[in-house]
Amino acid sequence: MANPATVEQTVRYRSANAVLVGNALTKVYRMGEVNVHALRGIDIALYEGELMVLLGASGSGKSTLLNILGGLDVPTEGRVVYRDQDLTSADNDQLTAFRRDHVGFVFQFYNLIPSLTARENVALVTEIAPNPITPEAALDLVDLGERLDHFPAQLSGGEQQRVAIARAVAKQPDMLMCDEPTGALDAATGRIVLEVLERVNRELGTTTAIITHNAPIAAMADRVVTLADGLIKQEGYNSQKKPVREIVW
Amino acid sequence: MVAAIDRKLLRDLFNLRGQVITIALVCACGIASYASVLGTYESLLYARDAYYERQRFADVFAYLKRAPDALLARIQDIPGVSLAYGRILQPVKVPIEGLTEPAQGQAISLPATGEPPLNGVHLVEGRLPETGREDEALLLEAFAKAHKLRPGDHIPVVLNGVLRSFRITGIAMSPEYVFSVPPGEMLADPLRFAVLWLNQEVLAAAYQMEGAFNDVLVKLQPGASESAVIVELNALLDPHGCMGAYGRDKQLSHNVVKSELGSLKAMAKVLPVIFLAVAAFLVNVVLSRLVQLQRQQIAVLKAVGYRDRDIGLHYLKLVSVILLIGALLGLAFGVWIGRYFTDLYIKFFAFPDLRYISDPGVLGTALLVSVVTAVIGALASARTVMRLPPAEAMRPEAPAIYRRALSEVLKLQALFGDSARMVLRELERRPLRTLLSALGIAFSVALLVSGRFMFDSIDLLMNVVFEGAQREDVIVVFSEAVPERAMREIGHLPGVLRVEGLRVVPVRVRFGHRTRDVQLMGYGDRAQLRRVMDDRGRVYLPPREGVMLSSELAKVLNVGLGQRVRVELLEGERQKSELAVTGIVDDLIAMFGHMRLDNLNRLMREQSRVSMAALSVDPRRYGELRDALTDRPAVLGISRREHLIEQFKRQTADQMHVFTFIVTAFASIIAIGVVYNNARVSLSMRSRDLASLRVLGFRRGEISAVLLGELALEVLLGLPPGMLIGKLLAIGMMSGIDTEQYRFPVVISAQTYAYAAVVTLGAALVSALLVRRKLDKLDLIAVLKTRE
Repeated sequence: MANPATVEQTVRYRSANAVLVGNALTKVYRMGEVNVHALRGIDIALYEGELMVLLGASGSGKSTLLNILGGLDVPTEGRVVYRDQDLTSADNDQLTAFRRDHVGFVFQFYNLIPSLTARENVALVTEIAPNPITPEAALDLVDLGERLDHFPAQLSGGEQQRVAIARAVAKQPDMLMCDEPTGALDAATGRIVLEVLERVNRELGTTTAIITHNAPIAAMADRVVTLADGLIKQEGYNSQKKPVREIVW
Repeated sequence: MVAAIDRKLLRDLFNLRGQVITIALVCACGIASYASVLGTYESLLYARDAYYERQRFADVFAYLKRAPDALLARIQDIPGVSLAYGRILQPVKVPIEGLTEPAQGQAISLPATGEPPLNGVHLVEGRLPETGREDEALLLEAFAKAHKLRPGDHIPVVLNGVLRSFRITGIAMSPEYVFSVPPGEMLADPLRFAVLWLNQEVLAAAYQMEGAFNDVLVKLQPGASESAVIVELNALLDPHGCMGAYGRDKQLSHNVVKSELGSLKAMAKVLPVIFLAVAAFLVNVVLSRLVQLQRQQIAVLKAVGYRDRDIGLHYLKLVSVILLIGALLGLAFGVWIGRYFTDLYIKFFAFPDLRYISDPGVLGTALLVSVVTAVIGALASARTVMRLPPAEAMRPEAPAIYRRALSEVLKLQALFGDSARMVLRELERRPLRTLLSALGIAFSVALLVSGRFMFDSIDLLMNVVFEGAQREDVIVVFSEAVPERAMREIGHLPGVLRVEGLRVVPVRVRFGHRTRDVQLMGYGDRAQLRRVMDDRGRVYLPPREGVMLSSELAKVLNVGLGQRVRVELLEGERQKSELAVTGIVDDLIAMFGHMRLDNLNRLMREQSRVSMAALSVDPRRYGELRDALTDRPAVLGISRREHLIEQFKRQTADQMHVFTFIVTAFASIIAIGVVYNNARVSLSMRSRDLASLRVLGFRRGEISAVLLGELALEVLLGLPPGMLIGKLLAIGMMSGIDTEQYRFPVVISAQTYAYAAVVTLGAALVSALLVRRKLDKLDLIAVLKTRE
């Protein structure tokens, strides 16, 4: 799948603007009596318009990395720079503003607010984002234009995840960070969700990072980064991205 | 348009409605008690101050035998005196139709100029007597109402032994008689106590008081020292038979009003604090659980770009809404109760314009206080919310850490089954919440105790006073002391089974630099009807020598057993002498010195004389006795114990029943609020454990025992401290009462404690049943599926 020999593509991405760059990122958690090294020194960048898949087993540090890149967490050491803005020294409010203005999140368990309808869950974000599309348009984008006024409990898992994607893209973010978006879904439903992400990346050009432990999914990416034990084990480019509908897992 | 995050707030509120309602009600009780009690207090205070001001109510009072008008100029010259006014005040009998005994009365002179310069009258109806008219009178409204008298009617009055009839020209109120107590008594008796204002010449002629006065009213200059003026005034008036000048605080009517205001103020301080503290605690319990439940929602809000303060504010808003609902309910209810209370006071206190004032300041403070309560209750949770790092919050919370309960460490586990072990571990795991819950229950118990103890205290007071100390059927008061041998004559009157003479002498007692004007009571050798009795019902014989002081008087004078006090008689020859304090007694009413009659008479340097007779009477022949006594000019008044008891009960009953009912309702709301909210929170925190137990084969009853056992234990823990706090509250509520007038014993009967416990347990049971219904409906599959 990954083919480091595709020089043409390498040049294309390297020369494109790096939206977000992380240097020498380490993260140490304290769990009770022991220190857990989740990241052990990672250099990584996200490029304008690309779809990157972060592959790795459970505990490899991929969620930690995504959280740090998305401004949800801060590294123990290392630097994170978004365009010209150094996030390493950003305080809580600056990080919040960064997330509010530039990042869309999609989580494994959707994390919708159960007391709000689909439309209201999206509105939660459009009301505070600087340049949003309407909640209705965002839900149309994920083919949920018909289920605007349903509460999460009235939606299937796949539908809930699509609402979550609508919520993430409605603000027209610069980056979409997806943490195991299909982790809680069966394959067929998962495919529908990935198709939505694929379409968003293609049609809106939103830089997208997807975490998965599911290797076949990497076929949909422009670039694949594999993490193991807090380090980047492998990085490569797909010469030929596979449409999601052709991926089987 | 409502923002999405505010929609979440509204829907959360709806989902929490059981808790919202109970917490709002607790808050409502706090605000209602604040608005009603403080509102009543301020309304009374305002009515009183405005009235005193308008009617120029005097600051210092002195009653004497007789002094020439010329002396007034010298009183006026005392530094600090702004105005001195002399008048004639005479006790009279009013033999009005419809009463078995003649009413007692006070006749007060009106100056030739009409309106008195001090202690003015407030005309309710009609006009002042015309100058020069000898047959016109102004009548106190309370008495006029009780007898349905109107201007134009006639009223019989015995002036110095001569029966006269006066035409009523007007009905009036007076700041001196806001609470109209006959002199020397404790109870208002509008039916049997009349105040009449007559033209100066009428009284002067009847009592040979031309060019003289026997009652002085003094208005002080702003900032003047009352005690300094009293000293000077006494010096001037003593040669004229003055019984001791006294300030407003010792004026009977004012003293009662002031005591009442004091109790109200004490209650206004204590009650709302209790309710709001409980409300804050409940907010804390419920919100911390809500935040725990919504951990992941909070994380999402943060992830999508809501600021920490936005989210903190969101939860703060949530609880503020709850407490504002409570505050608005409380205000509406409080104003309603306040009106009711104020109307009750209109029955007792004759203020011309007493009405409930809803002070916007009080209302505004109430709203502010409830928001502050919300913030205090929410503070800890809001801080948790704000500090929660979003990445961490996304993960489920670590399982709670349990330890072996202390009881298990102590090897007591054999005593408990599995359910009990879970209950104990749960309670010990969160000792602070257990403690605060128990405290909440304790407050409920305490309120119930404080709302009912007055029945016990009054029972005791009635028992001691009417069953033990004042056992006579009839007391006869003479206008002047009469020779003791007159008792023999009274003993022969129809129906009299026993008669005992009593001497009451006004004196000024001095010890060191402290002085008090009190009464010395002289008891006959074999006194059985009037006795000295302490608050525990023990009977004391008057000491063989010296004087036995009320403990309150001993305290005020700072005098101990064996020391000697200086005593100056305030009547007769005004002898000064010294008396040894040979006894101190915890008696209940006013401050007295108790002596043997012969010792008192020796002190007076008089042959044996008495000023009152206590009679034991055959009830069937009371009518004859009354007729025989009424005709005697020496008899000033006759009062029946039976009537006093009835009067006492009537005066206390109305107000106390309402108060007790309201406090009971409030306390139940606290108990329900605490138990229900704790139960709901426990249920939500442990529904997974409980569902697991059900899956493992536990029955509904058994898992209920686990959850409800916790609550039962918290309630039981709250009972004993609640009883203690109740007693403290009761003492606090009584602290506003002037102990120099009467000591209100704070006693709490077993029945009151039982009542408090039963009501609290009942409220707890109701809440437990509400939660039990939820527990029975526990959806096993759904609960086990939810992550957490």
